[in-house]
Amino acid sequence: MVSRFAQLGNDLYTGRRSYDFVGRLRLWLAIAGILVLLSVGLLLTRGLNAGIEFTGGSSFTISGVTSTDSAPAEEAVAEITTSHVPQVAVLGTDSVRVQTEQLTSQESEELALLLAQAYDVEPSEVTSSFVGPQWGADVTQKAVTALVVFLVLVTLVMTLYFRAWTMAAAAVLALLSDIVVTVGVYALSGFEVSPASVIGFLTILGYSLYDTVVVFDKVRENTEGILDQSRITYGEASNLAVNQTVVRSINTSVVGLLPIGSILFVGVYLLGAGTLRDIALALFIGLIVSTASSIFLAAPIEVALRGRQQRFHDHTARVLQSRRAASAGSAGSEEDPQEFRVTVSDVQDEDARVVGTVPGGHRGQAAQPRRKGR
Amino acid sequence: MARRSRAARPLYVLALLLVVMYGAVGIGVATGGEDGDASFTPGLALDLEGGTQLVLTPQTEDGSEITDEDIDQAIGIIRQRVDGSGVAEAEITSQGGSNIVVAIPGEVDAATVDLITASAQMRMRTVLYTAAPGTIDPTQVIDPDAEPEDSGEVDEDGNAITTQPTFAADQVEEAAMASADTNGDGELSDQPETEPTSPSDQAWVSEQVLYDFYMLDCTLPENRTGGSDDDLDNPLVTCSDDGSLKYILGPAELTGADLSGAQMGFETSSTGAATNIPVVSMDFTSEGGDIFEEITARISQLTSPLNQFAIVLDGRVISAPQVTTTIPGGQAQISGPTGDPFTRAEATSLANQLNFGSLPITFEVQSQEQISATLGTEQLRNGLLAGLIGLVLVVIYSFFQYRGLALVTVTSLIAAFALTYGALLLLSWAQGYRLSLAGVAGLIIAIGMTADSFIVYFERIRDEVRDGRSLSAAVDHAWLRARRTIIASDAVNFLAAVVLYFLAVGGVRGFAFTLGLTTIMDLVVVVLFTHPVMRLLIRTRFYGEGHPWSGLDPVRLGVNVAAYRGRGRMRSKPEREAAATGADTRTIAQRKADERRELEAAENNVEAPQASEPEAVSVAADAHDEHDSHDSEGGTR
Repeated sequence: MVSRFAQLGNDLYTGRRSYDFVGRLRLWLAIAGILVLLSVGLLLTRGLNAGIEFTGGSSFTISGVTSTDSAPAEEAVAEITTSHVPQVAVLGTDSVRVQTEQLTSQESEELALLLAQAYDVEPSEVTSSFVGPQWGADVTQKAVTALVVFLVLVTLVMTLYFRAWTMAAAAVLALLSDIVVTVGVYALSGFEVSPASVIGFLTILGYSLYDTVVVFDKVRENTEGILDQSRITYGEASNLAVNQTVVRSINTSVVGLLPIGSILFVGVYLLGAGTLRDIALALFIGLIVSTASSIFLAAPIEVALRGRQQRFHDHTARVLQSRRAASAGSAGSEEDPQEFRVTVSDVQDEDARVVGTVPGGHRGQAAQPRRKGR
Repeated sequence: MARRSRAARPLYVLALLLVVMYGAVGIGVATGGEDGDASFTPGLALDLEGGTQLVLTPQTEDGSEITDEDIDQAIGIIRQRVDGSGVAEAEITSQGGSNIVVAIPGEVDAATVDLITASAQMRMRTVLYTAAPGTIDPTQVIDPDAEPEDSGEVDEDGNAITTQPTFAADQVEEAAMASADTNGDGELSDQPETEPTSPSDQAWVSEQVLYDFYMLDCTLPENRTGGSDDDLDNPLVTCSDDGSLKYILGPAELTGADLSGAQMGFETSSTGAATNIPVVSMDFTSEGGDIFEEITARISQLTSPLNQFAIVLDGRVISAPQVTTTIPGGQAQISGPTGDPFTRAEATSLANQLNFGSLPITFEVQSQEQISATLGTEQLRNGLLAGLIGLVLVVIYSFFQYRGLALVTVTSLIAAFALTYGALLLLSWAQGYRLSLAGVAGLIIAIGMTADSFIVYFERIRDEVRDGRSLSAAVDHAWLRARRTIIASDAVNFLAAVVLYFLAVGGVRGFAFTLGLTTIMDLVVVVLFTHPVMRLLIRTRFYGEGHPWSGLDPVRLGVNVAAYRGRGRMRSKPEREAAATGADTRTIAQRKADERRELEAAENNVEAPQASEPEAVSVAADAHDEHDSHDSEGGTR
């Protein structure tokens, strides 16, 4: 399995095997578009399952209980307030969380004592929290501000680093779709959104771009001086770069997901709802989505944006034309055997032609330049 | 040897860095003694240690903007209240520019919470009496009316009595009682004996008020907590801001709402020229200006201390200037005491306090959380368990993917952890940093992020090997390229962490902080550890010769093995044979032929076969024949 994966890496690197990521932009865009529309639709119709941080309320956690039955909690709450049915959740193996409507500090102190009695634990084992409805709105507003500031800054930084606004724009577009789709998953699944989930969403920002930067760095390397030659188009070079980084993308994502997955696992089985689980859940979804988007969306969009620039457009036309002329003139093998060699040529879909470099190997005398006029 | 030491130099730098970090903390622990903050475990935030956390938002009743200075003032006021209430080690910070987080270890009663959240109001009252800050001195029980008050220079005489009288509490009480009980009936009346004629009338002072005044000890911080100045219509017994004087003040005549603003400025001389003496100018609303004119007209005629006008913020006198003339027009200037002008800082501070007081600010509780220590300990333990599981999984996965290189990953992760932990200890010691649950999450997630940069490097090495470089050349060359990628992606990550840190609320900050810190540490470790270690390892036989278990096996990476290993050494025959198994066994001529077929097949729109497999070659040849007729030019070379 390992050697097969390494072999896949080799093949993808040399271009012997190649997936047409860049050429199928329309397909990826269609899929991403549907996912984004679905997410927005779900968000508008179902909405998010907002935690009490967003709706306001009081929350009590009783730890070290012997029985996680919810009946004692409901009775205790009924003594304090009857206007609202409390939400009782079991956390891990020996904790119970009770969420109620907003209580006064007097009421919550009483309820904490009642809960401690009901579950037969020390009053100090009951933690209470109270959250005003304004708090969540505040978190959201800050998060949106952070998002906007980050997008502006990162667009600037990426534009400067790659010296191409197209890369920054493509990365940001992919990032936006990541966020929307992740939020969509939340709307679909009904996972509770807490401020910790918002932290998770915001962290996706950094991670999604991290991945995209690595891919784009390879694209930039592959396409250096691309306009000075006429054997390979920008799209082909980009596609090769994406293929060459696919194994790395998979490896980094798996390695990124492993610790997050273990938090999720521990969170679900030992901790229950809480900061750790909420962050991990948002990150887990976001990481998968953002790895996919840096392969399927960011690079293809970037190529499409680039293709609209006149010099790249002209260059692609020139490459394709010279290639057609070359194959028509039976000069295929004499093109220039040294640097670029066509290993797979899909003549029907020209944009999808993948060209790679193959190291080593003596090609025999026939590969040497022929002396003219013999 | 010289080359080896050069390659290892970054490792020495790293070792030195670690020694300095842990050495500093060690010295801190050794010299700090019991109550020193230095420790080999980082400080824990409330959600892990247990305690109460309040998030407050200052709000103005009229919805006007709250500035950063207002937040600072509010924090100062809350700090004074908390310190006064005897709560130790409370942490009060502003968060995201608009919230105030009050974190108090341990359990906190409702009264403290109410005190903390009480609104901070500004009142302006006339001064009826002033005295030194201590309680009444039982040896000098004097009737207050007869007591010669310090005239004029109260501010300067403020520290006249600094020593605490050493009388038993009941003696003090007795003396206070005796002095306050003016009609001698043994009871304290809380009604003025005669109806006061104006707010400046000393008749406001009832027996009870006088008793309170005698008993008040302004040298104790708990008596300066503030947060209790709501009785507008009655006299107030209170302390000055710094505890240097105590006052009996008349009923409030103006409130913060009557003040429209204040700013620091410079005194103008009688000729209108600006001097460089800082003063604070106050602007009243038109209504407030009228009342202020009335007050000044009244009290400027009186003798000290009745000619003083006390500005009370949150129950403490922040300034009590004397008024010498009637001040019309709703504008007034406070200058420092005679001969002791304000410094710029003092004037600015007073102006800020006045501005803060001019907004009727209340504190809205956004969230209040009480965390039991048990829950926090459990969360921390499970969090660390999750981190351990994550680490083990990462190590296993990288072993499968990168074989011997997994060793580099593991040691690099350990180095990164040692650095990050050391930095947390230092920050915890020097900056009072506290690790929160979200911070722990950041640390765990960083395992994956840190391992990412090694993967970028390893994949890069493999790419270079695939490009036909020798292993040792690949390690150096890959570094030049991978370094750029790692720096760029880390920069993006760091940017995200910084933006999150400065623009976020709640637990986001702790998370963003550890994320940013680990990003930096990642970079340090890759530069100072992973790359130098790679350079050293590539000189060993195991890695340098691409042992199949080293993760750098050239054969596995699709490269032929030459007999010449480089640097004047040859591979032995068995080595080459082993390396060649499964690799290309064709002669040059065969390969040439295969490649030509492959090329032609490719031109004929047939997927390229695996050249090394004879069957595939024959298939390709067949395909070539089949498709030959399609291509008019194909195969004629």
